[in-house]
Amino acid sequence: MSSDKHTHDQDHDRDHDHSHLTDTEARVRALETVLSAKGYINSGAVDEIVQTYETKIGPQNGAHVVAKSWSDQTFNRWLETDSTAAIHSLGYTSRQGEHIEAVFNSDDVHHLVVCTLCSCYPWSVLGLPPTWYKSPPYRSRAVIDPRGVLEDFGVSLSATTKVEVHDSTAEIRYLVVPQRPAGTEGWSEEQLAKLVTRNSMIGTALALKPEDQL
Amino acid sequence: MNGGADLGGMMGFGPVIEEQDEPLFHAAWESRALGLTIALGACGEWNIDMSRFARENMHPAEYMQTPYYKIWIDAAVRLMKERSMISEMEIQTETVIDPPKPVKRKLGASQVSEVLFAGGPTNRPTRGAPTWCLGDQIKTVNNHPRTHTRLPRYARDKTGEITKLHGFHVFPDSNSQGLGENPHWLYQVTFKSRDLWGEQGNDRDTISLDLWEPYLRAPQ
Repeated sequence: MSSDKHTHDQDHDRDHDHSHLTDTEARVRALETVLSAKGYINSGAVDEIVQTYETKIGPQNGAHVVAKSWSDQTFNRWLETDSTAAIHSLGYTSRQGEHIEAVFNSDDVHHLVVCTLCSCYPWSVLGLPPTWYKSPPYRSRAVIDPRGVLEDFGVSLSATTKVEVHDSTAEIRYLVVPQRPAGTEGWSEEQLAKLVTRNSMIGTALALKPEDQL
Repeated sequence: MNGGADLGGMMGFGPVIEEQDEPLFHAAWESRALGLTIALGACGEWNIDMSRFARENMHPAEYMQTPYYKIWIDAAVRLMKERSMISEMEIQTETVIDPPKPVKRKLGASQVSEVLFAGGPTNRPTRGAPTWCLGDQIKTVNNHPRTHTRLPRYARDKTGEITKLHGFHVFPDSNSQGLGENPHWLYQVTFKSRDLWGEQGNDRDTISLDLWEPYLRAPQ
């Protein structure tokens, strides 16, 4: 079950969530029935939208972008100078990806992306955001205590690494290009893409190392 | 508006807890809520800034405790009720009582792919020249509108540096109120951690926001 709450009395929350979600489920169902009957929406279109995000638009798109950037110098430079065009050239043009800035991690700089005001997220390359990204603990703290947030995710940076937080307040979406792990020389784009996790493209993780893979 | 959605810098929510192997949807209603929200948006009766304003109008205490897709559905219902597209009685009884209002478009299943992949760019043909250049120091306005704005409370009346020019984009403060797109120059503005958070900041880190020209002034 989805829960945006982690800090309150757990038993109370569980009861509360249970009835809450049941009511919500019934309400959403009723809403879809009435909206279809009134001719505003087509349930087949709703099915198509859901299927698109289940099968076509997800973090595999972003992983492709990052892996290509790691292995193709020309694409890497294009991504640096015109991220939107470079990403669109791979077919990742969909909504919430109309304008994209790729930001590149290095030994000196670590980027972290948040939307404090809502849940802006680069859907075209990462798909739908995880619950934690949309929830108050992350949205409140990423800007005032980014290093603490990174510790929550098990990421500890060197004291000399600068953290650049990007609060997505407009329609520009940010994609973090994590550092390419050592020991991946000569790897193919497909092999590299497997190291690029969703969180590493938000900035709450580093890319996997070869030894992290099962 | 200074509502429950403006969360940057708030305290007391506890650590960020990641759900391990989180599914894309936790229940069927979440996926329907996503699809309904997008399909309703395609009717063309409101824009994305109106949607965001409707979401942030939820009571702050409720906003902070409500699952995100529920926030979306509540906002969609609010927008439809404002336009007399649906009534609470219709939802409660799951029946059509009032005749439907005409809408601009209805998204068909065969159009979904084209519409999703076309997106909705917010850049517009430019007018005039941008006031600020890369490297300029600016100060953000100290403004607390009751209506929608994308300058969060924590970044108001603060000094920052122009670090990128994004182009000429639809201005949400106008667009959310039905006052037209009123596009303006949009900049990336970078603030030093210390300038936003004082003693709780540090001398190394920065926070960047994307801000429209009406939010920016020359520093004193």
